Amino acid sequence: MTDLIHGVYTEGEKIADTKAPKVPVAGMWEKRKMDAALVNPANRRKLSVIIVGTGLAGGAAAATLGEAGYHVKSFCYQDSPRRAHSIAAQGGINAAKNYKEDGDSVYRLFYDTVKGGDYRSRETNVYRLAEVSANIIDQCVAQGVPFAREYGGLLDNRSFGGVQVSRTFYARGQTGQQLLIGAYQALERQVAAGTVEMFTRHEMLELIVEDGRARGIIARDLVTGEIQTHLADAVVLASGGYGNVFFLSTNAMGSNVTANWRAHRKGAYFGNPCYTQIHPTCIPVSGDHQSKLTLMSESLRNDGRIWVPKKREDCEKDPRTIPEADRDYYLERIYPAFGNLVPRDIASRQAKNMCDEGRGVGPMVGDFRRGVYLDFADAIKRLGQKAVEEKYGNLFDMYARITGENPYETPMRIYPAVHYTMGGLWVDYDLQSTIPGLFVTGEANFSDHGANRLGASALMQGLADGYFVLPNTIRDYLAKGPFPKVSEDAPAVVEARTAVEERTKRLLAIKGERSVDSFHKELGNIMWEYCGMERTEAGLLKAIDLIRGLRAEFWRNVKILGSADTLNQSLEKAGRVADFLELGELMCIDALHRAESCGGHFRAESQTEDGEALRHDDQFLYVAAWEFGDGESDPNQPGSTMGAPVLHKEDLVYEAIELKQRSYK
Amino acid sequence: MATSTKSDPKNMDLTLRIWRQDGPSDRGHLQTYEVSDISPDMSFLEMLDVLNEQLNAKGEEPIAFDSDCREGICGMCGLMISGHAHGPEKTTTCQLHMRSFKDGDTITVEPWRADAFPIIKDLVVDRSSFDRIIQAGGFISVNTGSAPEANAAPVPKQKADRAFQSAECIGCGACVAACPNASAMLFMGAKVTHLGELPQGQPERWARVVSMVSQHDHEGFGGCTNTGACSVACPKGIPQDVISTLNKDLRTAMRQGG
Repeated sequence: MTDLIHGVYTEGEKIADTKAPKVPVAGMWEKRKMDAALVNPANRRKLSVIIVGTGLAGGAAAATLGEAGYHVKSFCYQDSPRRAHSIAAQGGINAAKNYKEDGDSVYRLFYDTVKGGDYRSRETNVYRLAEVSANIIDQCVAQGVPFAREYGGLLDNRSFGGVQVSRTFYARGQTGQQLLIGAYQALERQVAAGTVEMFTRHEMLELIVEDGRARGIIARDLVTGEIQTHLADAVVLASGGYGNVFFLSTNAMGSNVTANWRAHRKGAYFGNPCYTQIHPTCIPVSGDHQSKLTLMSESLRNDGRIWVPKKREDCEKDPRTIPEADRDYYLERIYPAFGNLVPRDIASRQAKNMCDEGRGVGPMVGDFRRGVYLDFADAIKRLGQKAVEEKYGNLFDMYARITGENPYETPMRIYPAVHYTMGGLWVDYDLQSTIPGLFVTGEANFSDHGANRLGASALMQGLADGYFVLPNTIRDYLAKGPFPKVSEDAPAVVEARTAVEERTKRLLAIKGERSVDSFHKELGNIMWEYCGMERTEAGLLKAIDLIRGLRAEFWRNVKILGSADTLNQSLEKAGRVADFLELGELMCIDALHRAESCGGHFRAESQTEDGEALRHDDQFLYVAAWEFGDGESDPNQPGSTMGAPVLHKEDLVYEAIELKQRSYK
Repeated sequence: MATSTKSDPKNMDLTLRIWRQDGPSDRGHLQTYEVSDISPDMSFLEMLDVLNEQLNAKGEEPIAFDSDCREGICGMCGLMISGHAHGPEKTTTCQLHMRSFKDGDTITVEPWRADAFPIIKDLVVDRSSFDRIIQAGGFISVNTGSAPEANAAPVPKQKADRAFQSAECIGCGACVAACPNASAMLFMGAKVTHLGELPQGQPERWARVVSMVSQHDHEGFGGCTNTGACSVACPKGIPQDVISTLNKDLRTAMRQGG
């Protein structure tokens, strides 16, 4: 291990092996499945798996493992597994079906995803994702997922940002909802069959690691407050992303990092924590009261045109009165090949640039206007209002409800918002973390999207992991079991349980002055300001200091009313914010160490002459996997490595794809 | 009502009468609160967030209420607002905005009321009965890996559209809360119609409806008397004719000895 670098982290050994079979990517997944050990159907019910989260990745895995005959315990914090936040995904799901005969293939989907991720994802995993994508559509259709269809009765497709083929399957603007309901119904079918035990309104608060293996979780029953121990042969985290570290994001109110963070503290490496997706088409902030941001599907960019006034003095005018000649359709101008369909990171950053130049529109928020126009006037003229309504009606209605404006008459206003986190727990080819027996799927892991995720790829990854990848790889692990029975009195179990009880007690005993939300908002402001769309070394160092100060104040001054033995939403939030306050620092450290621009991570010090992101493959062609730094850092001992996270690099190797600087011009 | 200095003339002062109930065995009561300077751009739940921050500052325990996605799709939120499920607009509680109210209004906020949705605390209810209805048959039995090629079974657009419309149900329970009989027929009819319109849903069609209806009755939901209140309250506009479809399927199933 090295000395402190930048005063905040150290570097350890490289990750030598991702456990991908040593054959060309095209045959890799077949080989892995063939090599994975089998479990006799009669033995499966003796093997138990805990799955945390019931979104696409968790729900699909629970249903599939239940069907196979394993004993599954499924957990969600919501009142029903059907509410997991996958439900809010709007636009669609990619699959290499090539139904449009427009040149699509597994290889092209793979290529687009790696390129879209700015060459920071792991080639082997992405190829597999593209390979199983077509099976997902078959599975969902068989479950009764009502995808959009053409008049002939066959499935329809549309195109999405960052690609030039139509491979996206969709169910109006509710694709995530329909896919999740499919997985949910499959899951409930297994609950009825007795293979899946369902624990709703339960939150995982600690991971149990016994004899070097993940063997269970400590969960809190959110209704009774009871702290419960659940043991199993393996644990799967499918607990989603951590965008709520920014307070304002398109995530659900309850989306959190706690399951992931607790596992990280127990030894699971955290991969690329700073890779955050800031989505370009969200409804702008309207005031201080704002509790969350609402995204509108980027499918709107298929027909809507994005612009700002050329002249600053026009920014306050009714947009309909601004003549064509005075409008700057900046994406079409800068990126003529892709126009309004450039990848999300680019669309977001250019919107920010326009607003920073003083050409933003809408109300002043802080010092400037944070909004650009998304205009459907041309589309309505070309296709007619009815056709536009049919395609985007629910999105237009949502916009009207939230803003009180009619988007059929006046251009919508949009602004980027935190939407998805590409980072997550580090996993190998089998989706296993650095803790044996702990698997991580969907948004909760880091593996498939590199530094930027393409539209309609999150649903694809969640379901690929849940239905097809994890059930095959975890089988190989479970075949080594059942592992020795762990007793509830085992030291590791007691320690985990006591830690949860103590932490709860400690939170309630602080009885300070400030609400949990006030800390969360302040953390969010720090993250957005210094670790948002544009990052600098000085800003990140400042943010790390600010977060440390805020975290100390939280543990001194947070005010949580009510008790631990009842439904207590403030207490739930406090535990989540406490973990965000630790994660935020790691995100800033990761962003600080990566002195290049790539995908969603734009470092101001690393750009081309015309302001585009500049990657440094010679220095940063790796995954940053962070090991939790044990101990408390002590401000009185500036050189001490206590509490400093340890960086482990996994070199990225591209054999099937040629490494290039991305260009969408 | 206390008068306040408003930061914007469009902002509102409101009186709220909110159901407080410590736990399942507590009797519960309506408690009156005043909030001021509420922006019309706030959502209804953001207004409650503001109230909860005030309560927390005063040392009173915040009001418990459910919400998650806050974009109208997860179905977690649901409040009875002055007698209307999800309030005066056709939308979810989280998508209801304060511009639907006016300065000086008194608003009564209660939980869903139904025997099959017992109250947990304040405005939070237990809707697991909905999950058990789905467990009874609200699915198509197809194991992972055994699906045929997706385009093997074309679906006429009209049927696909009706299946989609029914599948839009978010399982919030507003239909039950609005129904004088606390019946869940709209919720169930939506699922039976969604799966029954599709070729994939045919093999289990008759067993599905019998099993789901039996679970519905077992959970303590009431019978349907066709008042239509469910469909009016439904934030997703699920039409009442899904109940006719359900009844028709149930009759067919019974004739077949289902």
